[in-house]
Amino acid sequence: MIELKDLHKAFGAVKAVDGVSFTARDGEITGLLGPNGAGKTTTLRMLYTLMKPDSGQVLVDGIDAAADPAAVRRRLGVLPDARGLYKRLTSRENIDYFGRLHGMDEAAIAERREALIKALEMADIADRRTEGFSQGQRVKTAIARALIHDPKNCILDEPTNGLDVMATRAMRDFLRHLRDEGRCVLFSSHIMQEVGALCDRIVVIARGRVVADASPEALRAQAGTHNLEDAFVKVIGSAEGLAA
Amino acid sequence: MKSILTVFLKEVRENLRDRRTVLNTLLTGPLMAPLMFVLIINAVISRELDKAEKPLPVPVIGAEHAPNLIEALKQQGAQIKDAPADPERAVREQDADLVLKIPASYAEAWRKGEPAQVELIFDQSQRDASGSVARLRGMLESYGQRTATMRVVARGLSPTLMKPVVVASRDQSTAQARGGMMFAMLPYFFILGAFIGGMALAIDTTAGERERQSLEPLFANPVPRSQILLGKLGATTSFAFTTLVLSILAFSVAALFLPTGKLGMSLQIGPRFALLTLIVMLPLVFLLASLQTLAAAFAKSYREAQTYLSLLMFVPIIPTLMMSLFPFKTQTWMYAVPLVGQQVTITRLMRGDPVAMTEIALCFVATTAVAILVYLVTARVYRSERLAISA
Repeated sequence: MIELKDLHKAFGAVKAVDGVSFTARDGEITGLLGPNGAGKTTTLRMLYTLMKPDSGQVLVDGIDAAADPAAVRRRLGVLPDARGLYKRLTSRENIDYFGRLHGMDEAAIAERREALIKALEMADIADRRTEGFSQGQRVKTAIARALIHDPKNCILDEPTNGLDVMATRAMRDFLRHLRDEGRCVLFSSHIMQEVGALCDRIVVIARGRVVADASPEALRAQAGTHNLEDAFVKVIGSAEGLAA
Repeated sequence: MKSILTVFLKEVRENLRDRRTVLNTLLTGPLMAPLMFVLIINAVISRELDKAEKPLPVPVIGAEHAPNLIEALKQQGAQIKDAPADPERAVREQDADLVLKIPASYAEAWRKGEPAQVELIFDQSQRDASGSVARLRGMLESYGQRTATMRVVARGLSPTLMKPVVVASRDQSTAQARGGMMFAMLPYFFILGAFIGGMALAIDTTAGERERQSLEPLFANPVPRSQILLGKLGATTSFAFTTLVLSILAFSVAALFLPTGKLGMSLQIGPRFALLTLIVMLPLVFLLASLQTLAAAFAKSYREAQTYLSLLMFVPIIPTLMMSLFPFKTQTWMYAVPLVGQQVTITRLMRGDPVAMTEIALCFVATTAVAILVYLVTARVYRSERLAISA
């Protein structure tokens, strides 16, 4: 479970995140929807302790990120916006490296790695050096390496960015698969249809603030419209920076 | 501790797969400098030796005016040749090192016992010819001396009258020291080798990782950044140290091919030299790796990092230049200054001058202290939020 309480972060005069609070529960997919530049990535960066919030609190499974960032990182599987691989290493070696950094032993790494390779259907590329991988192959490798330590909480920043239709569908199936295993899945997106199709709960962010936090049904009721996309536009106040 | 090793092994493995890095570490870094150095020194030494042993060709104008002088020159190894039509131009255009001109008045002056003049035509700015000029001058002077002595003796006087003062030269430089002067640049080549060897990794592990956008996922792992940094520095240091060991080996082998013995020099490049050099260089290699990583951490891209590090490469040459331009008397405090300490230690070891173990220790400890300081600064930069953010 992930709890964010009144997070603030400013870069100079720009208030990137201006009071964000929400909770992502276990066994649910929580979607963070917002136009480009709304503060999604900065919020997630504070969550996985890459940045320190100016004020506010981050709790992961009840652990305060400010007090014990290493314990929080151990409980998180993170696919950041930046998902560069080591191009002179193979897919497997990239995945193993992160497993070792999590302090796992070699047997556990091998077992978990092979399970992920199977689940992500990437056996054909597993022993290739990642140089020259397609966007989809890169994302698969990056996800496998982020989840190698079997984390209870999965955070994915725009996971379908740059993927083709087939790869996007496979990614959505994979996120549902993670939820069905009882994990807390939190992902960000600026694509309305994707959030609508996947999420049990939707947190809408605009200009650094949470403007809506509800289930898709509740959101439709709140906005008084049957169309979820209309509801999004209504709560944000504009369709700029969003994609259907 | 295990995480440091994990990062270290991954960086080593990844960089060993990069052909350009491996070439830099194993070949270009250690070999280029010694090779150039040996080629130049060898060419200079052999040419000097050649000139000293070979007969000296002397184009002469008016040889018929002084047959005795010509005979004396021949006995001393001069090879009398016909002079070119325009001796001044021939010398200027380097067709001849020098031309000796004996005027018609020579015989007349000689007979009267007056100073008989010969003209030596040469070009002072032509350094290549200066050896030949000095040799011919010596031949002419010794002929003059001999004739003067005979004339004095013929008048019943002692030839010692002509030498009120005698200078005896006693050169105090040892053979090793003469060799050491020629090799004043050697420490710089070692330091440069270590610098080149670590450069690719320092850039790749920091600026490169950020440019590839892999630093942010790396920092999402539950490993303190200081441990990640230590693993990376360890890999950079290992590559640099490998380069250093190879360049010392290359120099040891190369020194065998230098005709230093013929010049009465000897270089003390043996196991003791290698070992002590490695000891004083070890903390410096770590210091350089930290400095390189620090500079690379400020760069936004691989290319920018390369620019910074190329500028940084000029820093180690400063003490070398100072030492060769102004040959300071070695003082104890010098050992305590990184770069200078290594320069002094390596130069003295090579020349066979004594270096006390306390001085080696001072050099090691002082450089280590500065290296730790630079590491702490680098670790601080590594902890900053901005470092991980790629865009």
